[in-house]
Amino acid sequence: MNTFLSRRSALLGLTAAVTLGRASLAVAAAPGDHRFVVVIMRGAMDGLSAVVPYGDPALHTLRGEIVPPAPNQPDGLLDLGGFYGLHPALAEFHGLYQAGELRPIHAVAGSYRVRSHFEAQDYLESGADHRMTSGWLNRAVAAMPRSGGVRPEGDVLALGVSVPLLLRGAATVGSWAPHGFGTPAADLYAAIAALNQPDPLTGPAIAEGLRARGFSQSVMTAGDPAPKDRNAFPALAKAAGELLAAPDGPRIAALEIDGWDTHTAQANRMTGPLKQLDAGMAALKAALGPVWKQTVVLTMTEFGRTVRVNGTKGTDHGTATVAFVLGGAVAGGRVQATWPGLGAGKLFEDRDLAPTLDLRSVAKGLLAQHLGLGDAALAQVFPGSGSAQPSLGMLRV
Amino acid sequence: MDINTAQALIRFGLGRRGEEPLPADPHAWLLAQLRAPDPARIEPRPTVAEGLAALRDDRANKPPPGQSLAGALFKAQSAAELANALTTPAPFRERLVWFWTNHFTVSRRRGEVTPLVAAFIEDAIRPHVTGRFDDMLLAVMRHPAMLLYLDNAGSVGPNSPAGTRGHRGLNENLARECLELHTVSPLAGYSQADVTEFAKVLTGWSVERRTEPFGFRFRPEAHEPGAQTVMQQRFPPSEAGGVAALHFLAAHPATCRFLATKLVCHFVADTPPPDAVRRIEGVLRDTRGDLGAAAAALVSLDAARQLNTKLRTPQEYVVAGVRMLDIPAEQIPNLAGIAGGLGQPLWSAPAPNGWPDKAADWAGPEAMMRRIDWAQGFAGRIGTSDPVELAQANLGPLLRPATLDAMHHAGSRRDAFTLLLTSPEFQRR
Repeated sequence: MNTFLSRRSALLGLTAAVTLGRASLAVAAAPGDHRFVVVIMRGAMDGLSAVVPYGDPALHTLRGEIVPPAPNQPDGLLDLGGFYGLHPALAEFHGLYQAGELRPIHAVAGSYRVRSHFEAQDYLESGADHRMTSGWLNRAVAAMPRSGGVRPEGDVLALGVSVPLLLRGAATVGSWAPHGFGTPAADLYAAIAALNQPDPLTGPAIAEGLRARGFSQSVMTAGDPAPKDRNAFPALAKAAGELLAAPDGPRIAALEIDGWDTHTAQANRMTGPLKQLDAGMAALKAALGPVWKQTVVLTMTEFGRTVRVNGTKGTDHGTATVAFVLGGAVAGGRVQATWPGLGAGKLFEDRDLAPTLDLRSVAKGLLAQHLGLGDAALAQVFPGSGSAQPSLGMLRV
Repeated sequence: MDINTAQALIRFGLGRRGEEPLPADPHAWLLAQLRAPDPARIEPRPTVAEGLAALRDDRANKPPPGQSLAGALFKAQSAAELANALTTPAPFRERLVWFWTNHFTVSRRRGEVTPLVAAFIEDAIRPHVTGRFDDMLLAVMRHPAMLLYLDNAGSVGPNSPAGTRGHRGLNENLARECLELHTVSPLAGYSQADVTEFAKVLTGWSVERRTEPFGFRFRPEAHEPGAQTVMQQRFPPSEAGGVAALHFLAAHPATCRFLATKLVCHFVADTPPPDAVRRIEGVLRDTRGDLGAAAAALVSLDAARQLNTKLRTPQEYVVAGVRMLDIPAEQIPNLAGIAGGLGQPLWSAPAPNGWPDKAADWAGPEAMMRRIDWAQGFAGRIGTSDPVELAQANLGPLLRPATLDAMHHAGSRRDAFTLLLTSPEFQRR
């Protein structure tokens, strides 16, 4: 707590905080000007495609057909220091990395070992390996040290039409969505069209409706976002940035981006969501302006995907993956990982990237060092997480 | 859930509500709804008097667009009616209310009707859906909402005292639609002369809007003198002549045929099987228009066992979706507006023939896309419910393996629920 206070005091320029008495201690310990954003990537992002361990000798043997070209080749990986490379769709991320503001964390997974999207997303968001009715970020807000009173609009904002489990709970949560937001992603449209295809009435009507809205069959099978949908996430992220930048606005926000469930044609299908994520974080940074310096973003997904390619040039549900920690307050420019390796005998259940870091350790480290939660609060936020000690040192202190 | 339960809940109901217990005997459950009193409690109960008062106030105060009392009343009343549909333990009865409300369409597209539709349903439709057709017909034709909607309130017999001294005359609108849309239908082969004579029979059937008692008022000074002949039947002058004409039309064999066809079309198939129509027609004829008996006979039709031949209308679709999650009405702002966004604004049919009742009328490409968009938005409210369990609990044997498989492969609970809501088996009934 003391280390935290001194760090925060220095950061906020409140060098005299400790001597100012209880109220000022609360000010110093309050969320203050710190912004925290969580991006939920629904559908299980393939970490091995986002941050490619091209230096691992087993990589090409196991999944050569979906690995982008090596760094310095046309459309090649964006190098992260000789072993890892960012997917070529993550150009903005690469810039952040070079500026020391992006810290990919590899071979990370939640504490659960299920491969059902729904169950895993529940656990990812509730922060436990059983179902809870509140989310860890809401409990974190409730436990956050704060200066006198609650903000009239609340500290927390859900971007999108619904409040994710991550943000549900006792603390007040606002939500905001742009007008007309929330049309399905292209692959969901495609699934809906396929399910209706046998119906003599709804089948042709939906096919024609999609055509009229500018979808083509090739667009949907390639997995590109719909024309209308292409900027949905960047627009949402930009709005989040504008709202968070306001002096009396919320301090914590959650966004969702889907389209990661790449069971087929992964090399094509992943490009769209990655580009959206990349553009979204750039838009968030731009909208935050100077506040970016006090911002930390955590991106997380329910699990990773199989290391080997399946029979349809995609990957299936796996275990460990990548979490990105980025922002002006992040000690970036390096990949954080205890690399488990991909060679024989190293995969989890002989199919998945083995986890070497608990995602709760990442979240706990951020909550402790960025939002000021102490050990007791962290234990409430992540029940039963004693084995997952906070991962410290992810931020510029 | 077996197929008979699915039939009762989906074809004849509004979809299963949350985890409500399944009826032990689905057939008996439907019939019991017809025998028991209507459990609907529409609060506050809409009345003609308050509707007419709102019209008077609006006329005097000329509120800006969107701020009329009539509009406010409409909004509150439509919300109350739909809230009842979300929780009713007698969904078959509610479907009958919807069916007969559409059969006897009054629509807010005629502005004066706006604050009267709910009272119309509660006064003229709901009390009679398991009663006698001629009672419903009489209640409808005397109701201010219908008299204003189809212009009879101002119809004046040309030779009546009011007609001889004033500039007003006969308006045939209600008489024509009563013959064409409400009773015998063009099947009966009536002529323009029949329409005109029937319009004279109905002269003086008007609305008292200014003094108590508000509501229906027979105005002798506007009533056409002399007997009139409608479809070879003579009806004496006076209010009683009109009542006699309505009884005659209600009992006409062409009316039984027409109503039977519409009921079978609504509850069974877009192309009504002739033997099913004959069966219902026979029940209506033999019971002298007992609508409860006709509803009971619908449930027993062999043809009614062939499920998913009908497409849910937007109103049925939205209500079924919200019932599935059992979300209280107060948490769904503007439920009526949602159905409107999908192409069926509540109580606002474009014309007196009401909303169409065939799948093709509701399955346009843009209509389908709007359903999908709504479904995707609404699916965000699934919370921590298991979409696969919801699918099995709500569709039972109607759930196709392909839909289940797609839901299992969906990237999120919300996507899986969207797939359920947009599947053909959920869109149909």
